[in-house]
Amino acid sequence: MINTNPQTHYAGPSLRQEVETRTLSVLVDNEPGVLARVIGLFSGRGYNIDSLTVTETEHEKHLSRITIITRGTPAVIEQIKHQLERLVPIHRVRDLTFEGISLERELALVKVSGKGEKRMEALRMAEIFRAQVVDTSTEHFVFEVTGKPGKIDTFINLMMELGLVEVSRTGIAAIGRGAAAM
Amino acid sequence: MARTMTGAEIVMKALQDQGVEHIFGYPGGAVLPIYDELFQQDKVKHILVRQEGGALHAAEGYARSTGKVGVALVTSGPGATNAVTGLTDALMDSIPLVCITGQVPTHLIGNDAFQECDTVGITRPCTKHNWLVKNVNDLARIIHEAFYIAKAGRPGPVVIDIPKDVQFATGNYVGPSNIAHKTYKPRVKPEPTAVRDAVDLIASAKRPVFYTGGGVINSGPKASQLLREFVRLTGFPITSTLMGLGAYPASDKQWLGMLGMHGTYEANLAMHDCDVMINIGARFDDRITGRVDAFSPGSKKIHVDIDPSSINKNIRADIPIIGDCAYVLEEMLRVWKAKAPQLDKASLKSWWKEIDGWRARKSLSYTNSTEHIMPQYACQRLYELTKDRDTYITTEVGQHQMWAAQFINFEEPNRWMTSGGLGTMGYGLPAAIGVQLAHPKSLVIDVAGDASILMNIQECSTAVQYRLPVKVFILNNEYMGMVRQWQQLLHGNRLSESYTEALPDFVKLAEAYGWTGMRCDHPADLDDAIREMINHKGPVIFDCRVAKLANCFPMIPSGKAHNEMLLGENVSDEEVSRAIGKEGKVLV
Repeated sequence: MINTNPQTHYAGPSLRQEVETRTLSVLVDNEPGVLARVIGLFSGRGYNIDSLTVTETEHEKHLSRITIITRGTPAVIEQIKHQLERLVPIHRVRDLTFEGISLERELALVKVSGKGEKRMEALRMAEIFRAQVVDTSTEHFVFEVTGKPGKIDTFINLMMELGLVEVSRTGIAAIGRGAAAM
Repeated sequence: MARTMTGAEIVMKALQDQGVEHIFGYPGGAVLPIYDELFQQDKVKHILVRQEGGALHAAEGYARSTGKVGVALVTSGPGATNAVTGLTDALMDSIPLVCITGQVPTHLIGNDAFQECDTVGITRPCTKHNWLVKNVNDLARIIHEAFYIAKAGRPGPVVIDIPKDVQFATGNYVGPSNIAHKTYKPRVKPEPTAVRDAVDLIASAKRPVFYTGGGVINSGPKASQLLREFVRLTGFPITSTLMGLGAYPASDKQWLGMLGMHGTYEANLAMHDCDVMINIGARFDDRITGRVDAFSPGSKKIHVDIDPSSINKNIRADIPIIGDCAYVLEEMLRVWKAKAPQLDKASLKSWWKEIDGWRARKSLSYTNSTEHIMPQYACQRLYELTKDRDTYITTEVGQHQMWAAQFINFEEPNRWMTSGGLGTMGYGLPAAIGVQLAHPKSLVIDVAGDASILMNIQECSTAVQYRLPVKVFILNNEYMGMVRQWQQLLHGNRLSESYTEALPDFVKLAEAYGWTGMRCDHPADLDDAIREMINHKGPVIFDCRVAKLANCFPMIPSGKAHNEMLLGENVSDEEVSRAIGKEGKVLV
């Protein structure tokens, strides 16, 4: 549940802020339990996670990058950032949405089964979306599709009519534009 | 220079190198190697508690009264789970603790072994940080890091979980170093421009109030000194949270008393009507703010806090200043003196006049009795008879805690130990034991309730074992008084389970533990009885039989604003029952 009214935990009229979606990039020490600390903070304080990706990005330095898509009012987002910064193994927290244009990409594996015209249509659609066929039989395809989350949503919606069986998505990886690092 | 030793030796060596003199603990299978090392040295003294929960609270009392890091040592499984309340308490009140827990051997972790629990998993949300040490060569570094994390920035508890095989393994010891921590570097010095803006705002205030908290105490004695200097220089009124009592002397004329749910009328009204609020080291807790959207509606707020997540969490700050209170106050004073601002004397005079009007309401007054000991009177007498001594006060949680805060005045910091954030019944006795250990010559009194004291009564044995002459002053009304007060306010006076029907005979109980037991039930006898308690050389349980149905006022009913206080003297039963609306009812 989103606390849409962060100014007060008391019921009643108060200043209301709009809920926004933000992409946070969090650089952490890749040590046991670090993901549990981050997730525990979100669940313990009632924040939302729409998408979460994490993997080691700098092997020598044992650094991992966690990308979190979260929703909240600007006040809640500010709290989330500060609360994350309090965690000891966290190096940096960046709000990519707030700081400027960021690149967001996701990969999905989409399994579609069917025969005849629907099957041909699925393949045509896949070409339009530049999806690769990574597995096939006479009765199914597995497509690999990458791009902005919205593009993936659209592709999956189209496949629903054409025999969608199941989907696996990576969650969003994000990075800031330009030459500088986070 | 690295030296080779066993994990258990490393633990003791690291504690010694950190200057630890006392640790509070309870042995068990998974910490036996550490206890064996403890046995073979005499630099670190171990205090054997009677339940691990007591070890953590004793370490808290020790830490709060000395400014040092409190250290606890407990075994795996139930030892660790019993420590959870104390860890959470220390986290809420920002008390630096290092808790070492034993763990089953590495190869058994995850096997549901005997006395195994996921200690780092369980304590993750109730510590500032925690570690499971899987390699003995990391142990010394982690212990030194743990002390740094516990103390640095906003203090808090940390846990080091050490599997038994790691305690036996041999590895390298490294001493404490000054190498900067790679990620945890809290900001302690304030942004100079923010301080200048704050000073300008303070100088222009017409209706200012200082609102200070536990952060001033945590920052060390210097912060309290600087606060006093700054507040006196401005001539402004000052109030404080429960956690901040003692940072400013209660005898001073600028002192308004504690604020918040059971704070004074003048403190709360000054907060509500001020134009500039100077928050130093407090966190706008819900006990303080009451209804947030009606909290001090007309003021500009300066918020000094070492923890950036405290800023704008509950209340929007106009001038946030991140930093340690002592550094911030030092800088504020420097800028203030350099600018030598002209204050609006006329406005300040009329502000004080208004405050004096609120003071004249005497919100802490109560109807005294010649028949029964009123609990307020008991606290007042306790204060009067102990104020000229070197006294430390701890409390449990409930009505007695609020009366103690209202009627016992503090002139110095680190003299008042109470569970504020978590509100842990059973805190006071073990905390008093920790305080007494650190201050063996001082008078240490746990102001208790009849219900709270039973939650850690077993620690009476600890006091006897170490000859700690703590005094437990029980305001005995045979009720969980604060629970009953809320049932009266909110639940039609249906006193569900709040009467403590089968209380022990506290005098006999004291004697059974080897303490001295005393009882007093008449106001005329009270002073002599308190004197007898104070002068007694050993530990005393004082069963003070107080008026049973007294309630704690003034009170801001939950869901109400500061200017909607209930004052004790003239509250009718009807007013009390109407005080909390439907919206307030769901709040705590």
